[in-house]
Amino acid sequence: MRYRVAVAVAAVLLTACGSSGENSSASPSATPLSGTVSVFAAASLTEAFNALGTSFQGANSGVTMKFNFAGTPTLVTQIEQGAPVDVFASADTTNMDKLTGDGFTAGTPQVFARNKLEIVVASGNPKGITGLADLAKSGVIYITEGPTVPAGKYALQALKMAGVTVTPKSLETDVKSVVGKIELGEADAGIVYTTDVTAAGNKVQGVPVPDADNVIATYPIVAVKATANAAAANAFVAYVLSAAGQAKLQSFGFLSAS
Amino acid sequence: MSLDASISLTLGPLDLDMAITVDEGEVVALLGPNGAGKTTLLRAVAGLVPFRSGHVRLDGKVLEDTVTRAYVPTERRPIGFVFQDYLLFPHLSILENVAFGLRSRGTSRQAAVEKAIHWLDRVGLKSYASSKPAGLSGGQRQRVALARALAPNPRLLLLDEPLAALDVTTRAEVRRDLKRHLDSFEGIRLVVTHDPLEAVALADRLIVMENGHLVQTGTAQEVTEHPRSQYVADLVGVNLLRGEADHGSVKLAGGQVVAAAGAELGEVFAVVHPRAVAIHRTHPEGSPRNVWSGRATNIELLGNRVRVRIDGEVSLVAEVTPAALKELNLVEGGKVWLSFKSTDVAVYPA
Amino acid sequence: MRRERVPIVALVPAAIGAAFFIVPLIGLIVRSPWADAVAALTAPETLEALKLSLIASLSATAVALVLGVPMAWIYARVAFPGRDLLRALTTLPMVLPPVVGGIALLLAFGRRGLMGAWLATTFGITFPFTTAGVVMAETFVAMPFLILTVEAGLRSMDRRYEEAARALGANRWTVFTRVTLPLIGPSLFAGAVLCWARALGEFGATITFAGNFPGVTQTMPLAVYLLLETNHNASFILSLVLLLISLVVLVGLRDRWLGSA
Repeated sequence: MRYRVAVAVAAVLLTACGSSGENSSASPSATPLSGTVSVFAAASLTEAFNALGTSFQGANSGVTMKFNFAGTPTLVTQIEQGAPVDVFASADTTNMDKLTGDGFTAGTPQVFARNKLEIVVASGNPKGITGLADLAKSGVIYITEGPTVPAGKYALQALKMAGVTVTPKSLETDVKSVVGKIELGEADAGIVYTTDVTAAGNKVQGVPVPDADNVIATYPIVAVKATANAAAANAFVAYVLSAAGQAKLQSFGFLSAS
Repeated sequence: MSLDASISLTLGPLDLDMAITVDEGEVVALLGPNGAGKTTLLRAVAGLVPFRSGHVRLDGKVLEDTVTRAYVPTERRPIGFVFQDYLLFPHLSILENVAFGLRSRGTSRQAAVEKAIHWLDRVGLKSYASSKPAGLSGGQRQRVALARALAPNPRLLLLDEPLAALDVTTRAEVRRDLKRHLDSFEGIRLVVTHDPLEAVALADRLIVMENGHLVQTGTAQEVTEHPRSQYVADLVGVNLLRGEADHGSVKLAGGQVVAAAGAELGEVFAVVHPRAVAIHRTHPEGSPRNVWSGRATNIELLGNRVRVRIDGEVSLVAEVTPAALKELNLVEGGKVWLSFKSTDVAVYPA
Repeated sequence: MRRERVPIVALVPAAIGAAFFIVPLIGLIVRSPWADAVAALTAPETLEALKLSLIASLSATAVALVLGVPMAWIYARVAFPGRDLLRALTTLPMVLPPVVGGIALLLAFGRRGLMGAWLATTFGITFPFTTAGVVMAETFVAMPFLILTVEAGLRSMDRRYEEAARALGANRWTVFTRVTLPLIGPSLFAGAVLCWARALGEFGATITFAGNFPGVTQTMPLAVYLLLETNHNASFILSLVLLLISLVVLVGLRDRWLGSA
């Protein structure tokens, strides 16, 4: 317990040090930013964006960050039904294109990170999963995200490329639900992003998916048209795209944007 | 063959301690004011109320005994119970109601229905067989309740205020029918009532209860001629005194001495009929040895007679004609003298 | 017949309250794309979800009747130490957020759950990701409604009818089946219908405990939730279907529920 607290304190201090010494968009701009910035981001961005939000807030004391993490399609529905939001970060381009096509975005979406898939299993790998083919083994309970969730779509692609046919036992609403059920021991294996496996720490274990079968997920970010705080929204987007933001994302396991 | 019950229990404010026997040759009425514990006693005999100590034996067989902890559940006692509100099952037809006891004890559906129809016929309600209880009048429902209790041919018939829920005009007619059925029933019959008229009409023997205890038991004639409690005396409508007899006089608790012709020795009751009590505005002359002063506290006109309650050293009720009352020029609160002959005092051991 | 004028003090809040319930229904009717209604309703995924919902909710109601009526009887008729606490615990799902209920079920009956682990290793039985799991989740949240309604009916019935039956020679089982049950019929029916309606609409516990897969665990409410993301027109239609089912149930129930026993 004390070890965890020490790590957390160190992380906060490093983050604070990191942002204050940087010459980046995290530092205060000419006219100080204020107000709330509401960010809807794909579930796989939970830990990374919470950290980005903390440093952005640290550098811009007048700003309050609010996050809503969920499966990407869920977020798109909420935005199109009129939820008040300033920034949207998607786990694939398809959902972003939909939002843009329906006229909800301001400016051009930009790719800020990429991700790869990984098989997640319970710590200790009790069912001995070594690759995608093992997901179809009898006695293995495999779950995944719904087909409209980016990770779910990518998982189907990966399985197809590897020539594996397997019926999942459940179609969850986002990656975190899948990880949760693996942690609880309800399911044996699922397909999520490498960043999700890292974020769950030693409660789970990852089994790599070979690059030949793997899918690169592309994450675009954009300010939303109906934003009430364009200045702060754009500043946050710029921060995410900046070297500092990129470094932080990569520290969570995301691949660089290009 | 008989019912032998001795029951002690406490239920709320009621402390009940009664021992009764009922033979199969007699219809017995449990008579007493409301709250006396009559219904509680009946329910205890049926096994519906637990009691602290005592026993219930029917035809020599033990139904309940606190000493040996024997207890035969209600449903296995050969009883028929007619409840005060009849409690006919509202969701079943009259026929199904009457057949219920038979079906519950294992009779086949066909045999039960046959018997039920036979009983409905006996109480004159065969044409109502398929009706529901809600569609019948009070008197009709009472008859169904009786048929339902009798159909399984019980050994002990218990009736709780069987006529209380009926209006006065229906009551008389139903009472006649009930008497007929009771007389033709071959088992042991125990009726609970607060109405002395009902008790006298239906029963051969009365058991009078007050506050959970036995007051007196006897035939209607015995009870009315020799009341042993104010309750019965009030029912019968006579004056009741109690005291120590000593050769021609009775000394009351308050010290007053009443001249009573038949008094010998011992603790006695003394009854004086209101008609034997004369009212005077002044101290009377002449023979009556019992003369007491008092005040007329209540004057009640009852048809062609007047009852005057006189409170004084010896408080009594006197009965006179309306003409006599007028002659006396008496109003409530007026000072009077009452008198009665020693030969008009009926005395019997307490 | 002379009618009393409704006082303004009651009328205004009542009207607001009524609007609160009626406007969403109207919104759903107005916004539903009626042209696509038939297609949405007859799509295989919809029919599958509907069929699964009906089977699961009716099964849950059956389980609730078998387990719940005896519980209600004991709560109403038997005084024992701890009765109030036990009753509170078994009706807790009524106030518990459904997802919390789902989590509790996982911790108890999941593969590594308190009882679930034993069931899995001894009998090979697991509940998550199965239709049986759906039935369990629905029973968990819906049974309390049945228990409370039936218990209320038992408490308010005239028990002297049971005494009359006993005096006629009926043993306890006969008393229960031929007298008690018929007399609490309205409460029993109302309780079962409430239970069924609640089971039909259950979402949080189902998706948490049983998961989500078409034909196995994807009930109507789950299907509606997911359709909201992919084809929200279809989700409006299905929502309307669920709403209308609930409405029919409540309208049909109104007199019996309000005038029960």
